[in-house]
Amino acid sequence: MSLPSMFDTNRDAKPDRTILLIAFFLITSAVLLASHNRPFLESMGAAGQFLKNPITEAFFVSLFLANVLFAYLWKAAPWARALVGVGSLLIVLPSAGRQDTSLLDLSIQIMIFAALALGLNIVVGLAGLLDLGYVAFFAVGAYTWGIFASPRFAEILRYYGENPGATNAGTLAIGLFLTVVTAASMVYINRLTNRQPPTATSTWSFRLAAFGLVAGLTLASRAAVVLMSGQADSLASGIAPGFFWLFLALSVLAAAIVGVLIGLPVLRLKGDYLAIITLGLGEVIRVLANNLDLYTAGSQGITPIRSANVPWFNSLAGALGFSEEQHYLLFLYVLVLIVLGMILLVNVRLDRSRIGRAWIAIRDDEVAAQAMGVPLVQTKLIAFATGASFAGIMGMIFAAKQTFISPESFNLFQSIGVLSMVILGGMGSFPGVILGAAVVTLLNLRILPGLGEATAHLGLPQQVNPGQLQRLIFGIILVTMMLLRPEGLLPNRRRTRELHHEDNQEDDSVDGNAGALGNTSAEVYSAGVAPAKHEDNAGGRR
Amino acid sequence: MTGTGNILDVRGVMKVFGGLVAVNDVTMSIPERSIVSVIGPNGAGKTTFFNMITGIYQPTSGTIRLAGRELVGMRPDQVTEAGIARTFQNIRLFSTMTSEENIMVGRHARLKSGFVDAVLRTRKFHDSEQEARDTARLMLDFVGLSQWRDELATNLPYGDQRKLEIARALATTPKLILLDEPAAGMNPRETEDLKSLIRRVRDELGVTVCLIEHDMRLVMTLSEYITVLDYGSKIAEGLPHQVRNDPRVMEAYLGRGAAAGEYGKEERPHV
Repeated sequence: MSLPSMFDTNRDAKPDRTILLIAFFLITSAVLLASHNRPFLESMGAAGQFLKNPITEAFFVSLFLANVLFAYLWKAAPWARALVGVGSLLIVLPSAGRQDTSLLDLSIQIMIFAALALGLNIVVGLAGLLDLGYVAFFAVGAYTWGIFASPRFAEILRYYGENPGATNAGTLAIGLFLTVVTAASMVYINRLTNRQPPTATSTWSFRLAAFGLVAGLTLASRAAVVLMSGQADSLASGIAPGFFWLFLALSVLAAAIVGVLIGLPVLRLKGDYLAIITLGLGEVIRVLANNLDLYTAGSQGITPIRSANVPWFNSLAGALGFSEEQHYLLFLYVLVLIVLGMILLVNVRLDRSRIGRAWIAIRDDEVAAQAMGVPLVQTKLIAFATGASFAGIMGMIFAAKQTFISPESFNLFQSIGVLSMVILGGMGSFPGVILGAAVVTLLNLRILPGLGEATAHLGLPQQVNPGQLQRLIFGIILVTMMLLRPEGLLPNRRRTRELHHEDNQEDDSVDGNAGALGNTSAEVYSAGVAPAKHEDNAGGRR
Repeated sequence: MTGTGNILDVRGVMKVFGGLVAVNDVTMSIPERSIVSVIGPNGAGKTTFFNMITGIYQPTSGTIRLAGRELVGMRPDQVTEAGIARTFQNIRLFSTMTSEENIMVGRHARLKSGFVDAVLRTRKFHDSEQEARDTARLMLDFVGLSQWRDELATNLPYGDQRKLEIARALATTPKLILLDEPAAGMNPRETEDLKSLIRRVRDELGVTVCLIEHDMRLVMTLSEYITVLDYGSKIAEGLPHQVRNDPRVMEAYLGRGAAAGEYGKEERPHV
């Protein structure tokens, strides 16, 4: 089966594959279950050794995950597709993970990256804003939970207990009052300037109010921390796990706010300029995490970070035969699955709405979009904040899963990695970017390290040892993929139609063809990064 | 042609880019439900003038009022919301969207459903989507592009792309529509079509039309009033036959010597 036909999204033209789908599901499930059952493998002898080989194992895991992909792609009876999708993710995968922790861990990792890719896809794929600092929002979510749910929190309380300054209950009241008043005036001024053009007075009073808001929040939070400092000992290992649910919402909120704060000054820029400045700001967040020793423990990192504790879920997991130390992993697996499902739903719904159309309009032509009544900065900020909030919630779950975070978890390569998932999968295509996330994560965590392990005993010289050349192989795969399928593995409907629309237009006018060619090359090679057609005499503010 | 009954009043607008005065102290009024034109040789500042009215450029000085409401200081999207729509000299459709979706974007400012409505699929969301789709179909019918509804905008023939841009602009329910060289690149038959479309925009929808155009036959037969710009300044204005016979206009288009001779019907070779 050639690559293009394998990923052909035109479902109607294909034969019904219900039986093939079910058969594939049963076979791969059986192999997966067998290869993750240690006693069974040992009883198998040589065949067991073969199944345990890291390369074969990675191969079977990939094959199994392809089930979900085929359930989405293939034409088959709805019940079969639902059965394979639900059965794979909710029954077979967790069962196989009962014996092998790394399988659940890998699945969680794939889904976290899938959510990140979906978030970045809104910013890059839909709104056409190249963001190279996306992982900053992931960090914000991770630290939001990490600081409070670890011994760090007690450290902070102790520090402020010893250095209270002039803070007392009165400060808290003043801080809260200032916050409320300035926030209200910002809302008021904003409403006013939406109706009539802003004046110098309105602009400056808005800035003053924003400053007051920051001051108020600082005062209030400082006072609150000082007042709480007596509790330091009872909070020695962080706040109660019950706060996990509240923090799920808070991490979304925190990341969205940081998204807006970063977005406000930079979204007036476009293309390459935006890419460079987001890259810089992403690094700023990492450097902050590195240097705010009191809050983040600097490069040492924060550990141990708590996770939620759900007694009924634990007893359920116990009843299903999961060992005690696996309960939290199974819990996180289910949680990530639900959160990813919700993120996907939000994505699909936003895409087919007024806001989704506005994003795509901005990507296609900013000047025209604005002339049609789309407020540029506001619409871009919504894209930034939405993308950021997905990263925020997954950052928090990542912190809970790893129980350890340090600034190094959030470096530039993570941002580039997520971007490569989006581009490899197909910008603007939701199933595409999820597939991209799965492929890149499998390559990075299983296939390439597996290649290294499998060839370790061959005694190859270092220059040609695959274990040493992981990044090179990864790079070659990416380059090859982009050359063969520039629109991505599962391209977006719009993009496919644009790239291949010459096929269904035989008697074309010269104008039409010229336009089509020009657009095709722009779409493919600039990859939505800097649509070249923005520059011409209709202008546009830089 | 000043006083009450004007939809747009432009007073002494000026735009300076660095040392270059692109538009110099232009005053112009557009009567409600009229069809007017702005003409002038290449580089006369016509498009810059349009860009100031639509908020893409802020004038260095001067005022622009739409039905008495000051537009200077507004962003382009706010100007659109206030009631001015435009098309572009070089077609700027959303190339990855269908004709219908292009027009639905034009409806953006008039729809009220927001982020939360979209995520929760509220009644408000469904109502506003339906409204946008209905408007899109109405507008496609109006400009005669119904057969292209689900086709990508880039796949439309050139002349139809221009019409689609007009339909998209009309979807914003404007009081005034600015057409920047709508006939550029059209053959005579397409131009005739366009002429009747522009008349229908005014007669059937009651939208005031202002166009920049180089096709003099179109300008002279369609416009009720013409303003001529040259080197950023207004050099003449009036009824078509007045402008046609104005010596300054002939000079601007043909040069001093030629202006003394006979004035041709088309100043510029048809592109």
